[in-house]
Order: sequence, then C-alpha cells, then structure tokens
Amino acid sequence: MAVALVLVLVVVGSVLFHLLSPWWWTPIASNWDYIDHTIIITFWITGVVFAAVVLFMAYCVFRFRHREGNRAAYEPENKRLESWLTIVTAVGVTALLVPGLFVWSRFVNVPSDATEVEVVGQQWQWSFRLPGKDGKLGTSDTSNVSAENPLGVIAADPNGQDDVVVEAADLHLPVGKPVKMLLRSIDVLHDFYVPEFRAKMDMIPGSVTYFWFTPTRTGTFQVLCAELCGQGHPLMNGVVMVDTQEDYVAWLGEQQTFAQLSAPQQTGSADPAAAGTLAPGSKISAKLETVEAR
Amino acid sequence: MSVILVFLLVVVGFVGWWLSHQRLMSKPWLEQGMAGDFVALDRSALPTAKIGLGVFLAVVGCLFALFTSAYFMRMALSDWQALPLPRLLWLNTGVLVLSSVALQCASVAARRGQLETVKLGLVTAGITALAFLVGQLVAWRELSTEGYLLSSNPANSFFYLITGMHGLHILGGLVGLGRTTAGAWNGARPERLRLGIELCAMYWHFLLFVWLAIFALLAGWAATFIDICRQLLT
Amino acid sequence: MVDITPADAVPPAEVGEMELYHPHSWWTKYVFSQDAKVIAIQYSATATAIGMVALVLSWLMRLQLGFPGTFDFITPEAYYQFITMHGMIMVIYLLTALFLGGFGNYLIPLMVGARDMVFPYVNMLSYWIYLLAVLVLVSSFFAPGGPTGAGWTLYPPQAIMTGTPGGQDWGIILMLVSLILFIIGFTMGGLNYVVTVLQARTRGMTLMRLPLTVWGIFTATVMALLAFPALFVACVMMLFDRALGTSFFMPAIVEMGEQLQHSGGSPILFQHLFWFFGHPEVYIVALPAFGIVSDLISTHARKNIFGYRMMVWAIVGIGALSFVVWAHHMYVSGMHPYFGFFFATTTLIIAVPTAIKVYNWVLTLWRGDIHLTIPMLFALAFIVTFVNGGLTGLFLGNVVVDVPLSDTMFVVAHFHMVMGVAPILVIFGAIYHWYPKVTGRMLNEALGQFHFWVTFLGAYLIFFPMHYLGLVGLPRRYAELTDMTIMTESAHHLNSFISIMAFIVGFAQLVFLFNLIWSIRHGREAGGNPWRATTLEWQTSETPPVHGNFGKELPIVYRWAYDYSVPGAKEDFIPQNVPGSFGTSKEPA
Repeated sequence: MAVALVLVLVVVGSVLFHLLSPWWWTPIASNWDYIDHTIIITFWITGVVFAAVVLFMAYCVFRFRHREGNRAAYEPENKRLESWLTIVTAVGVTALLVPGLFVWSRFVNVPSDATEVEVVGQQWQWSFRLPGKDGKLGTSDTSNVSAENPLGVIAADPNGQDDVVVEAADLHLPVGKPVKMLLRSIDVLHDFYVPEFRAKMDMIPGSVTYFWFTPTRTGTFQVLCAELCGQGHPLMNGVVMVDTQEDYVAWLGEQQTFAQLSAPQQTGSADPAAAGTLAPGSKISAKLETVEAR
Repeated sequence: MSVILVFLLVVVGFVGWWLSHQRLMSKPWLEQGMAGDFVALDRSALPTAKIGLGVFLAVVGCLFALFTSAYFMRMALSDWQALPLPRLLWLNTGVLVLSSVALQCASVAARRGQLETVKLGLVTAGITALAFLVGQLVAWRELSTEGYLLSSNPANSFFYLITGMHGLHILGGLVGLGRTTAGAWNGARPERLRLGIELCAMYWHFLLFVWLAIFALLAGWAATFIDICRQLLT
Repeated sequence: MVDITPADAVPPAEVGEMELYHPHSWWTKYVFSQDAKVIAIQYSATATAIGMVALVLSWLMRLQLGFPGTFDFITPEAYYQFITMHGMIMVIYLLTALFLGGFGNYLIPLMVGARDMVFPYVNMLSYWIYLLAVLVLVSSFFAPGGPTGAGWTLYPPQAIMTGTPGGQDWGIILMLVSLILFIIGFTMGGLNYVVTVLQARTRGMTLMRLPLTVWGIFTATVMALLAFPALFVACVMMLFDRALGTSFFMPAIVEMGEQLQHSGGSPILFQHLFWFFGHPEVYIVALPAFGIVSDLISTHARKNIFGYRMMVWAIVGIGALSFVVWAHHMYVSGMHPYFGFFFATTTLIIAVPTAIKVYNWVLTLWRGDIHLTIPMLFALAFIVTFVNGGLTGLFLGNVVVDVPLSDTMFVVAHFHMVMGVAPILVIFGAIYHWYPKVTGRMLNEALGQFHFWVTFLGAYLIFFPMHYLGLVGLPRRYAELTDMTIMTESAHHLNSFISIMAFIVGFAQLVFLFNLIWSIRHGREAGGNPWRATTLEWQTSETPPVHGNFGKELPIVYRWAYDYSVPGAKEDFIPQNVPGSFGTSKEPA
C-alpha cells in the first residue's frame, strides 16, 4: 500500500517539480530555438513514458501485492504484446531522432554569409581575432606563440596583418548576423560555451573546431569554459556583448590589428593592461593563490 | 577505429555462430526433464584450458588491433615520418617462425609419445624465442644509435611501443614454456604434458601471426594494402 | 509439453569431477584462497572499503558545492582531486569490481552448478592484482602533489600538465599504473567467468536454462574483456607521453608562455580510445544489474520472468550494440560533425532493447504475487531510477539536444541516476537477497527498511532536481559556482539542499554497513532457501555452501530457472534440480 503510494507520489512530485521549477533555461539569444523545441518534444515523450511505467508499476504493486492464498499467474511470454511494445517504442524513438538529426544538420552546415571569428582559449582566459578589411583571417600556429604574438599568427601571411586581435578582453558581435566561431586552443582542451546561445564546442590544441549561430538580441552574455581545463577552470569567464551595428562598428574601430600590435615602436606605448596579459593566465593564477590563501 | 571494428566484427561473427548452435529460439519453459537430446550443447569437447587460452588470445588480439587503430589514426597527422626498418627484423622473423615450427614438432611428437623429440622441440623453441627477443633488442639499439629515438617522432614511438608490447607477450609465453619444459624433464603425466605443449604451440602460432601483422604494419605494407582496398571499393 | 526423459533414468553427473585444491592452513583457506566464494568476499570487501573512500570524497565535493566559501581546506586543486578519484573509484574499482569480481565469483559457479571457477589459481591472482591496483590508487593520496585531478576521463593534454593537480607529479602516473594493473587483474578474473559459464555448467544446464543473472554477468564480462584493452592502450600511451616525452596525444602546446617539447599529437585519439572502453563500461555495469534485478523481481513476485527469451536476446543485443555508440560522448568534442548522425542513430536504437527489458520487468509484476521484501523494494526502486536515467539518456544521445546539455549538471544527474544510483540499488537488493546464502543469516529487516527508504528517496531527491540545474546551464566540474550570471540565489539554495540530502543518504550507508556486520552474528537464522527460490545456489546441501559448492554429486538440471507458480504444482516454485513435470505448462494463449 505505502509502496504504491510512494511510487505515485514520485511521479506526481516529479511532474509538479518540472512544472513549478524556477530553474529553467536562460532566455535564448541566438537562432537555436530549434534546439529548445527539440528538448520540449523530448520532455513530452519521455515524461509520458516515465509516468506510464511508474504508475503501471504502482498499480501492479497495489493490485497484486501478496495476500494469503494468492498465487501468481503463469505467463512465460506474450509475443503480440511484446511486438506491439517494440513497435511503439521504435516509433517513439524515431519521433525523437528525426527532428534531432534535422536540427543537427542545420547546426553543422554553416551558412555561406557567416562572418568568421576566431576564439583562442588558453589557461585560463579567452582571446579573439576578427578578420580585418580583407574579410579573411590569417593562418596561425601554436608554435609561433610568444609574448609579442599571443595568438601565434603567422606573420608571413598577408591575410593576417590586418586581423583585429582582442587579447583577454570582451568580444563584441553585431546582432542579427550569422557568425562562424572558429575555435582554437594553445594549451589544453577548453570549451566555448555561452548558455544563452545554446551552442558549445570543445577547442582542441592542434586543430580548429567550429560552430555557428546568429545572435538575435543585444546584451551582455557570459562565456563559460565547459571542459575541465585545470584548476583555474571555474574562473575562466569571458564576456560576449551583442551590439547594434553602429555600436559594433564603433567598438571595432578602437581595436588594434595584428600589424599594429607587432610593430616594434608600439610596444613602448602599450597600455599596462596589455602588458599585464603577456604572461597568460597570470590573473587567474593570482586569483587561485588568493583562493588557496583563504 | 576501423581496424578494431573489423576485429570486433570477426569476434561477433564467431560468437554469433556459436550462439546460433545454442538453441536461443527454444522455449525453455516447455522443455522439462533431462536435456538428454541436446547434451552436445552442454559444453565444447575441447579441453577447458584451450578454450581459456582461446578467449585470452581474443583479448590479446583486441589489444593489438587497438594499437593498430591508434597507429593509423596517428599516422594520418602531418608530423609522421616513417622510419627505416632494420634488416635484422627479417632475421628475427625467421627465428620466430623457427620457434613456432619447433613447437609444432614437439606437439606432434607428444601426440606420438616420442619424449626425446618433444624435449628437443621444446628446447629449440625456447632458445629461438629467446634469440628473437635478443634480436629485437639489438634492432632497438641499432635504431637508437642511428638517431631514431623513442620520442623524436610518433612513428618511432609506435615502433618501440608495439614491438615492446609484443616482446612482453613472448616473455610471458616463455614462462609457460619454461614450466612445460620442466614438466617434460620431471616426468609429467603424458596427457598433461601434451596439453601443455599444445597450449604453448597455440600461443606461439598466435604471437607469430601477430608479429607478421605488426611487421606488415610497421613496414608500411598494411597502409598500402588498405589504400588498395579503398581504391577497389570506390 | 516436451518431457524428454523420465526423471529416474538419469545417469549420475557426467561432468568430469574437477581437481579441487585443498587448503592446508588458515592462510590458504581464508587469505590466499582459491575458492571462488572466498575470492568473491575479498573482492566485495575491498570494493566496499574503497567505495567508502569515494563516498567520503563525494561528501567533501558536496560541501564545497552546497556551501561555497565555507570550507577553506577544499581548494580548487583539492576539489578536482576529489571528483577525479570519486568518479574513477566508483566506476572502476567499486562497480566493475563488485559486479564482476564480487557477484560474478560468488554466483556464477553456484548458479551454473559448478564446483568452482575453472582456473582457481588465476582467479586468486586476479584478486591480489586488483588489491594491488587499489593500493597503488590509494598511495596516490599520499604521493607528493596528491592524486590526479584530471577528471575521471583523464583527458590529455591537461591530464599530464602542470595546470592540473598531479599532472606533473606522481598523481597521474600512479593513476595510470593502477588502471593498467586493474585491467591485467580483471582479465584474469574475466577469463574465469567466461570459461566457467562455457565449460563448467552442470548436466542439463543449457544456455536457455541459465538464470538471467548469469546471462548478464557473462555478457558483461565478454564485453569487458574486449573493452578494457582500449583503456589499457590509452593508459600505456599516455604513460609514454607523460614519462618518456612521446607525442601520441600531445600536440604543440604553449603552457604559461612556454613552448612544450611535444608536437603533432591528437587529444581526440585518446578520447576515441577512452570512450571505446568507456561506453561499453556503462553496460558492463548495467548488464549484471539487469540480470540480477530480473531474478529478484521474478523470485519475489513469485512469477516467471516475462519474456525470458526476449530478455536474453536484449542482453546480447545491447552488449553488441554498445560497441558502436561510443562517440556519443564526443558530440561536442570537435570530432568530425558528420559522425553525429551515425552515433545518434545507433544510440537511440539501443534504447529499444533497453526499453523492452523495462517493459518485461513491469509485466512480470502484472498478475504476480508480489512480496514486498527488501530485495523487491530495491528492485522496484531500480526500475524507477533506471527509467528516469534512461529517459534522460534520450536527451543526451540525441546529438543536437546534447549540445546545450553536455558538460552541464544535466549530464552529472543523468549518469548518476542511470549508472550510479540504479546499479547500486540493485547491488543493495542483491546483498539483501543473497546475504542469507553467504552467511546463513538474514539481514535485519527494520534497519533494511530504513536503509531502503532513505537511500531511494534521498538519491532521487539528489539527482532529479540536479537535472534542472543543468537545464539552467550550470557547467559540471566547477569548483566554484559563484562567478556566474546564470547562477541565481535559488539555484544556490537547491545546491545546498542537494548537499544536505547527500549527507543523509551517505549516513544511511553507514547503517547498512552496521547491519552487514551485526547480522553475521545476530541475524535471524535463514535456512537453506529463505526466499523459496528455484535457482541452484539455493539448493546447496549446506548453507553457507562449503568449498566445492555442492555435496557429493553435482545437481542435475531439469528445468529453466523460472518455474514459479506453475499451474498444478503444489508449491509455488519448483527448483531447477527437481525432476519430473507438474501440471500443465502449456503455453497460454
């Protein structure tokens, strides 16, 4: 009796929790509401199955609990029933899979008008590189990384000279334009993740990964690292600001290009913030020390 | 990961074949009483130890298939520089073949009850296997003096890793062979001795096969072979 | 009805009597024993002991997550060491060792009607190598720099770099060596379990008469034998990278402004190898649980397991399929995106046989005679948590849904529910079920009720709400959940609640341990077959079974393992070794 009741309560409680939970996804800021819809479909199908199975179980426990003189039925199998259940399950699974694959193909096929933006992860900060006037990113290699060239841009590549380098600072993106995020890392695995954009992808040292999205509303969004990358992992935050076109252009104008950064006369007048980031991760290291000193 | 998947496909095929003889479609609740009619299903007529070794060899095969998979995946990256195989490896291969043949002879002799031939075969197999190991070590030395160091290129790393792993398995086999040989001298029961020799022979043949596959892999023939297959398919 | 031979015409056991070893001293009887039952208890005790360490580690983690900033000694470094060791111990050293080394060793020979495992000496070695692996693992707590903090997945390059605790100290090396030892030891044991099922079954015990417990453990062992080599290869190669400077997995790296020696390696290669092991590992833990829970439900509902054949096929099918789904752990790893289509499809296909198993469990309850004993309660709780965790698997397996949810608390909640809580509930149920056979006494019922309700409801309250933290977007493996805009005040409260529940559930396990020890002497006498079960382990002449398991002659099997409530039979169960037919067993329409 009590057991059946508890099983029912588990179902009712779970459903109520789902409906009343204040913990729900953040308001979306990208075109990936398809993903949210797929999750909703999945919630419906799985929720119904969960409730059905557990309630059926509760009924069995209540109805067929042991009482003096009871005897179980003898039923080795029931082919018809089993086939039906298999078919219904297969249909349910297909209903989950098909929309999922459909959205996935959108996710992996980048529209041709997407602008490329490079994100470079390192322990434990984010840097960015945007194509300059030529609209192309120059090539880069981790073995070129040095204090003067923190992203390892290959100087010999003319495409790279006018690239805008944003080192350990906020990234700005224009609203409503698709962007292809090219993801690189110069040390360990990281994962560029903005909860409001829904998309994420690991960054692997030695290769370039990507995902794309279109920001759909302006605002300031926090970047989190979603792949354990050492002890500074939880502190590896960044900021993406989605701007209107005018604000974006204004911001872009203030940024320095690779050529400007690597020109020797510039180093003397470099602002202290930039000097502070020459040793990558030093800020986090300092932070970690304070954490440990607590 | 294609190599390991092909390997597993073979394992699955074998398991499937075996299961298909186990009457998995039968309805056990209808079959009360002694299973006299299907007593042959109960267990294999092979000695249990052989089946045990067979399962173990499947695990070893899986291990080397995985190394091969990793080899091909790493090979596809840009910094791969194949290393020249020392000619000594040919000699080593010959020695290992000899070792296998000697054990096969011992196994045949054991079946006929010729104890002297058995002893000769066992000792030859042991010595040649040891010679193979020494030969492998010499090949390692040769390569490292020529500057092909373990960590200088992934091709080198794989060479040392895979040959080393194979050598360790031979070394393990030598323990078993040593015990069997001691048994031959100390007058172990003939059927026990025979089983021991057959187990050793099985293990030796398998490791010879693995070595030939590794050799083909390290020499680059395996890659060429796969390329040809791929071209034939497309 | 197919009655093959009359009962009394049966010749005596045809199985060649195996040469049992005979222990001569206390040491060879209880310590260096070759008796599978003693080895099983050694395995179980060691696994439980190291599991308690992992439990304490989880408490420490929950302290930090639930009450951030309160406990100074849990630095981020320590936190990552705790999660790594917690995960690794629970998955490998507790669950795998307990299901296969513990239950496998105890139940396989008894259930198939064998005197012992077929290679007892190797079986003994298996345990001692396992113990060595555990000791090496424990030693890393005392090594300079402490244990590794790379997460249980040990992803390179970070696992062997300075930014990760233990990466350039002893931690990672000891971890890898311990895993390598574990795999060697396991392979020795695994050979035994497989070959014993193949070769040592007693007369009449055809494959289709095996209890599902044996089917589950057998299939899981076969899978483990084929999957563990992948971890072995990954560990050896990483050890080379760490100790000898090779570049299997290590690309060119700039660490803290300095170029490292490595170049060109592929971290993804490691991930493929790891998950080629790691995914089957999930089923290596799940399949024995599936098997055991089938037997628990059938026995305590006094009804044959519904759709036995389908259950067997599903176990074998899941086992085979689980080798082609590994990359669903890598949807956002940066591997070729088109793999996603293939792996999402295979992953969702595997849901079908799994669902069939669930249906058959609940259909076994239907029109049963359900005794709500403690093993049965745990079996019911298993179904609830497994269905819950399995269904959230459909979120994560469906590639695009995984994108926002992967690496969040949703994943943590999912895998704890499906391969943490669910199998452990089965382990508890199984212990309550077989303890009387192992010790001759019943576990205390009142303590058992307390243990069950706290564990089941507590664990559900821990992990069900945790999914919703993942929906919010909270990443997993964060030592601090403070600097985040998405982290609300209410989410902090939820975290504190989860932590408190974790302490309560952990405490209940201490009660359980007390019960285990107390009942050895003070439990109610059980008799040989307290649950009135059909399988062979309950038909031994002595309880606990002595060395050699069965008396002078091995039992002969006349029927399948599920003859409960056969119409026409006097009792509501007919043991497998009882000859003759009772009433009708015509297939109902």
